[in-house]
Amino acid sequence: MVAVDARTATKVVVQATINGEPVQFLAEPRQTLLECLRDVLSLTGTKEGCADGNCGACNVVMDGRLVNSCLVLGVEAAGASITTIEGIAPVGGLHPLQTAFLEQAALQCGICTPGFIVSASELLKRNARPTEDEIRFWLAGNLCRCTGYDKIVRAVLQAAEMIHPAA
Amino acid sequence: MTTTADRPATSSPTRVISINDGANIIVSHGDYAVIGTRPVRHDGVDKVTGRAVYGGDTRLNGLLFGKVLRSPHVHARIVSIDTSKARAVPGVHAIVTNADLPTAEDREVNLGEGGGNLKYMSDNVLASDLVLYKGHAIAAVAAINVHVAEAACALIEVEYEVLPAVHEIKAAIAEGAPLVHPSLTTKSLGKDTGVHSNITNHARLQIGDPDAAFARADVIAEGEFTTTMVHQGYIEPTNATAMWYADGKVTIWTSTQGSFAARDSTAQILGLPVSRVKAVPQEIGGGFGGKINVYLEPVAALLSRASGRPVKLIMTRAEVFQATGPAPGSYSKVKFGATKDGRLVAASAEIYMESGAYPGSDTGAAMRCLYSPYKIDDMRVDGYDVLTNRPKTAPYRAPGAPQAAFASEQVIDDLARKLGMDPVEFRLLNAAHEGTRLVNGPLHKKVGGIEVLEQTKAHAHYQSDLGTPSPGTKRGRGVAIGYWFNIGLPSSVAISVNADGSVTLVEGSTDIGGSRASIAMQAAEILGVRAEDVRPSVVDTDSIGYTGVTGGSRTTYATGLAAIEAARHVIAQMTARVAKVWSVSPDEVSHDHGAFRAGTRSMSFKDAAGHLDETGGPITGTASLDPQGHGGAFATVTCDVEIDVETGKTQVLKWTIVQDAGKAIHPSYVEGQFQGASAQGIGWALSEEYFMNSKGEMTNTSLLDYRLPTAFDVPMINTVIVEVPNPGHPFGVRGVGEASIVPPMAAVANAIRDAIGVRMHALPMNPGAILHALGTI
Repeated sequence: MVAVDARTATKVVVQATINGEPVQFLAEPRQTLLECLRDVLSLTGTKEGCADGNCGACNVVMDGRLVNSCLVLGVEAAGASITTIEGIAPVGGLHPLQTAFLEQAALQCGICTPGFIVSASELLKRNARPTEDEIRFWLAGNLCRCTGYDKIVRAVLQAAEMIHPAA
Repeated sequence: MTTTADRPATSSPTRVISINDGANIIVSHGDYAVIGTRPVRHDGVDKVTGRAVYGGDTRLNGLLFGKVLRSPHVHARIVSIDTSKARAVPGVHAIVTNADLPTAEDREVNLGEGGGNLKYMSDNVLASDLVLYKGHAIAAVAAINVHVAEAACALIEVEYEVLPAVHEIKAAIAEGAPLVHPSLTTKSLGKDTGVHSNITNHARLQIGDPDAAFARADVIAEGEFTTTMVHQGYIEPTNATAMWYADGKVTIWTSTQGSFAARDSTAQILGLPVSRVKAVPQEIGGGFGGKINVYLEPVAALLSRASGRPVKLIMTRAEVFQATGPAPGSYSKVKFGATKDGRLVAASAEIYMESGAYPGSDTGAAMRCLYSPYKIDDMRVDGYDVLTNRPKTAPYRAPGAPQAAFASEQVIDDLARKLGMDPVEFRLLNAAHEGTRLVNGPLHKKVGGIEVLEQTKAHAHYQSDLGTPSPGTKRGRGVAIGYWFNIGLPSSVAISVNADGSVTLVEGSTDIGGSRASIAMQAAEILGVRAEDVRPSVVDTDSIGYTGVTGGSRTTYATGLAAIEAARHVIAQMTARVAKVWSVSPDEVSHDHGAFRAGTRSMSFKDAAGHLDETGGPITGTASLDPQGHGGAFATVTCDVEIDVETGKTQVLKWTIVQDAGKAIHPSYVEGQFQGASAQGIGWALSEEYFMNSKGEMTNTSLLDYRLPTAFDVPMINTVIVEVPNPGHPFGVRGVGEASIVPPMAAVANAIRDAIGVRMHALPMNPGAILHALGTI
């Protein structure tokens, strides 16, 4: 008896680092990273809004790049380091963006919020003090239907100030 | 800043709070401990950390995944369905069609808040003999994963007889048009005409004699306008999970605006008593009216019955566009007449609204709202519901009113121009107020139209100049006003006291944008505790009394009232307990500002809670009510646009929305409603549409091609919360979710008219439409 029958096995073992932790999971080659995160790894904080790369609700950071996890195959995650919304905050605490989103009331239904926070966290890594325009341009890949974006922009400005207070 | 609102005698003098660089202004009344503050929402941490469980996140042991087979045709007869090949696919557990549904009777059913025709509801969930629009559900598969279900769906063989179709209103009402429902006849003014047509209903509202009044008008303005079908655009796709248990009971887990509405609709379609169906509301990722009707819940239940396992269905984005209920397109003719000193004397209008594949559209609400901002003695509006081979339309935020205002507020703008009057002054001169007759008969109750217009006029935005246009562009400013009547409907709340002085609050209203906070805050205000001391939970239909949908801007008003009554019930019981502790008569104990008092003695709510065990045990306060004191709300939008005359692109430069909230319980989420509706309005105005090909198929079914506004498309949105208290609510709440989407499209159109001198008659006003209007193409 063999452990794996290559003629009938439909899943591949993928090894990756997710939120700082080494993980192994089984992925069908046709499954997206989004499906693997949600349905295989139970990381349902990453949301599906469109599954074709247009809403940003599923954004994660993969090897330092912001990606739509619906446009990445699960098997492409092999060897990659991935950060999802579940890995944004320190244990027992909140990321300044999460605090700012709460204080600014920058969410209504909240379905887009994980994607916005993941995207904005990458912006603040690259640009410590973004302007309103720079925030709007960076976040144009994330759709929000509830807020009109005003309070989201203010939350990102507040988080930037929290991380790097003006002298 | 000043306000002219006549305040209740008990309220404090008006104060103006400016925050956020003055961009958000509140013209406020009343002094409260909790209401009007901005606590962090109770469900906030779960939502910023990804912990909150939305419909699509539902996980159950043994879960199967489903897929729905949908019609590729706009209109066809189903000749046969052969599922044999699909059933043979390994991993497929169940396949269902309309044959698995009980035979639906052609009758109206009561769903607690407006009825529906059971046959149409059932056929829309799974088509019986006819498919009436592209995307109409025909069959569904449950399998071990969605990919297997999708592959099996592709193997279901359906034979169609394609039928002629009608794609839009004007074609549908033309002589000799193909009929969507050949058996239906037009009802006109309550009578069956016996005429077979796509117009299912014609209604009229009339006050006075507008034809005679037009003869007295010195100036008349009129126009014809069309709007296209648009989608609510919620980011979370429609979903449902169901388990049909061995004892015949069914549980559905779903993202819904109304768990009781979902339960009742599902039960009706499945032919079950409501006692056998339980709806468990999951967090909901946007709805705006589009998550009231059921689409997937009965199908998931049938698949579960057939497979013996729980089944989850989630629509793709293309399915969301094609197979849920969008907002109707419209065709309107509107005419206003005024005297030369600027008094409106006459109005008439015809509004045609598509209902899509089955009868029933938003026409009635459009008719009610059209003239509501104004005092007009002689007015008439005719409304027509029109069938088309498109998805059955559904509510979208102030359903019907935005389409009507797009027409009427442009004609009002033209009239002000003809009279040489400032558009806000003209609206103020004719503004409706308490006692003004509405076209549907009643008089306006206390409303804030005048106050909203005065704040609009006084705002720094309206007082500013337009600035210098960029090279190759033109700038303009537009203003519009809109009205929404808001609704009441039943709500239930239960509040239980914990020994540490905190309380749990159980409610039936699903929280779509912060209503846990706004309801908990009202309870906290009455109890005299902090907002954080109230722990609100949205529970399933077995765990609380009947509660209407989160819609109609009703939740903070009506469920808030239930929370207030439940809190008072708690206080009444606790007063008796405090009396026991003090060995006095309950009549001697009073409660205010969080403390029980008798003579010189005082006890905090928290201390009183600590005495429950020894004075008789736990306390729960409950309230179930059906309030009738809701109050309508006005909103204005002032917007500046810059139009690139070479490309036709319109950029919104500046936006100010002023709205009467009655009372803002949590001002941040009130501002959020104004701002969110503004962005939706900008999308509806400039980019969003169901783009149809010549076969009547929607061709822009992705969020790339159906252009919701992005963060880069909209400016910061100035808000002014005007508070003219609603007498039907102890704190004055009116409800804020909808009035704000009524004026945006007309305001943008009026700004474009101001910029380039051309009146826009159709939505969306995208670059092509602007260039066409300019005569460039």
